[in-house]
Amino acid sequence: MLSRTADSLYWMGRYMERADFSARILEAAMRLASLPADEASQGGEWDSAIAISDVSDAFLAAHGAATEANVRAFLAFDADNPSSIRSCLAMARANARAVRTALTTEVWEAINDAWNEFNRFKPATMDMQAFARFLEWLKGVVRVYDGAVHRTQLRNDGYAFMRLGAAVERADNTARILDVKYHLLLPENEPVGGGLDYFQWSTILREVSALTAYRWVYRESIKPWLVADLLILNRQMPRSLLNCCDDVAHNLDRLATIYSRRGPAQRMATASVGRLAGLRIEQIFQSGLHEFITRFISENARISTVIAEQYLL
Amino acid sequence: MVAYDEMFGADAAFADGPARAVYGELKQWMDAASEEFFDARRRQAELFFRRIGITFAVGGEAEANERLIPFDIVPRIISGKEWKTLEAGLTQRAKALNAFLADIYGPGECVKAGIIPAELVYRNSQYRVEMTRIKPPHGVFVHISGTDLVRTSEHDFYVLEDNARTPSGVSYMLENREVMMRLFPELFARHRVAPVETYTDGLLATLKSVAPVFAEGDPTAVVLTPGPFNSAFYEHSFLADKMGVELVEGSDLFVQDGRVYMRTTEGPRRVDVIYRRIDDDFLDPLVFRPDSAIGVPGLMSVYEAGRVTIVNAPGAGVADDKAVYSYMPDIIKFFSGEEAILKTVPTWRCREPEALSYVLDHLSEMVVKEVNGSGGYGMLVGPTASKAEIEAFRAKLIHDPDGFIAQPTLALSTCPTFCDKGLAPRHVDLRPFVLTGSDEVRVTPGGLTRVALTEGSLVVNSSQGGGTKDTWVLDD
Repeated sequence: MLSRTADSLYWMGRYMERADFSARILEAAMRLASLPADEASQGGEWDSAIAISDVSDAFLAAHGAATEANVRAFLAFDADNPSSIRSCLAMARANARAVRTALTTEVWEAINDAWNEFNRFKPATMDMQAFARFLEWLKGVVRVYDGAVHRTQLRNDGYAFMRLGAAVERADNTARILDVKYHLLLPENEPVGGGLDYFQWSTILREVSALTAYRWVYRESIKPWLVADLLILNRQMPRSLLNCCDDVAHNLDRLATIYSRRGPAQRMATASVGRLAGLRIEQIFQSGLHEFITRFISENARISTVIAEQYLL
Repeated sequence: MVAYDEMFGADAAFADGPARAVYGELKQWMDAASEEFFDARRRQAELFFRRIGITFAVGGEAEANERLIPFDIVPRIISGKEWKTLEAGLTQRAKALNAFLADIYGPGECVKAGIIPAELVYRNSQYRVEMTRIKPPHGVFVHISGTDLVRTSEHDFYVLEDNARTPSGVSYMLENREVMMRLFPELFARHRVAPVETYTDGLLATLKSVAPVFAEGDPTAVVLTPGPFNSAFYEHSFLADKMGVELVEGSDLFVQDGRVYMRTTEGPRRVDVIYRRIDDDFLDPLVFRPDSAIGVPGLMSVYEAGRVTIVNAPGAGVADDKAVYSYMPDIIKFFSGEEAILKTVPTWRCREPEALSYVLDHLSEMVVKEVNGSGGYGMLVGPTASKAEIEAFRAKLIHDPDGFIAQPTLALSTCPTFCDKGLAPRHVDLRPFVLTGSDEVRVTPGGLTRVALTEGSLVVNSSQGGGTKDTWVLDD
């Protein structure tokens, strides 16, 4: 397969995943913003939405202080923000179009229809409810896309690159939520019935569709360190760092089998799964949650670079 | 001017009276079907094309260009006997074009013999002096050509122009057939229509046949595209897909140790034959336009060493110059010793003062074309042009006579076509596709029929609102 084709498939996977993530961040921020003013952190949820999406500098340059209106516009519709839902859909579609023949009709249509539909939304006249429906629509689009990939794509190298992109992106996304909210998850922060923190934790869980999962896994009220455990080390949790690393390693193994050759990317991914799987959440807290997450984000970026060097350039 | 109708012939009033024999079965079947039936099928056809064509329906990033090239469901039919003559004429022409190009980049015999003026060849904007040093593998210059034909009567077919650079439209020929077979299986059961689906196999065989003699093992061919924003990108990806070869952009290829390679996920892979859909000027920034970002630096040096084949060869454009076209009967005779089988339209070369003055006096009767134009742009159709358009063209002609040729307005044949008010005659042309390999010349039976959808219009180009039809050659 051409390196450029693989690159397009990889980034198509990443951008679709990122679009979904931007929608989740916005949903969470809206939920937090709906708290009574004295409990909410005075608009802090919009700052944190920007911080999580890792585009703070661009945002500050364009808007200054974060408000609901400008964060919504920036993360959902701004063509100049490379992580906005709009940009993600446009980039996913541009990549899909360049490799049209490597995609099934179902996958192409999921992406192309999404883009056409997106252009029918009128951001200027959207009230809170219309915006919520828009976000719900977007998450649906990504599910349709995921389903189309899962149900119709040949399990060849192209499939592995799409999945690889999604897994690397998802690992990065989960890690960014943890990076911005880590202070809420430290054990000493356990409040005595502090409603706000409870609300924050449950919102983190909602951001990754894990509120119900939490209850199934732990069967107790929400404890911050258990939230961290779920999002970092729980292998069954689709968005946990460990599961994302599993996905990355698994798809790299798929490539190694198809090409009959292992390389640095495979070795790196296997090593990082091994390291993560051997950890317990207490150890992570002891050596510093924040340091751990920072290290994870840069390691994940390093894997992406090694994948690119090995296959995409 | 009364046009010859391909279904009803020269004399019968349209849709009244017997059909020509070759259309007999179709006419009978159409008479028996209801208006609703055709309406439903037309809607279905549109739907098919929207689905299949969805990738050429989307234009640039901002403007979602949803334009489809209109498709008419009434097929255009050519008898087997008629086709035999056309096929022989097309083959003769393809061979002559190749012999002509080999000559003008080699000994130049045809110029020395006075068959064609030297300046028309050597000062032609399409002439690539680099090719005098390079012998294309197996001596083939034009591997893929599209020759535009028009019919004016029962027996007369004329060549309107040759396309020796990168003729497009073959994907429409193939898709049209695909859609027709889905819509009207019963009609195919009642006719013996020569298949066109073998085109892509023939194309791949042609590409492989001209691989450099140095290529070890099974040669690797690729399609080189300028990228997704090119208007013909759909065709590029369609052809690559049907042949099962890679669709590459310039940046996917690189030159190393005297060979061309493509970057793949399994490392560099050697490329032997490049079916390029980019112009000569952009092929290699080290030789042609230095600002080309879509070419491959060093490509021409590998080509010169005979270690890669470029399809069609650079410099082939001289052969589709519209002024050179007017010399084709002599060129064919010079190289083959035969009379041209296909007729050439009488052509006034405005570079010649006498011709120019004749043309200026008869502008309202003639068709005037740019010698290097294509796509129906920069063209004057005298009889349908306004006074102002004619005067504007007169100024252009006087300013740059070398840039134009003029021809009498031909009575292009018509073919029944569904329009707003039902079936009506509309003018058509035909672009058959000819493949020249080292082994043989392959002519796909039929080709792309283009139809001018506006009443009376003679301009069939899709860029000017033309549509297409499926073209049947009957095995009779």
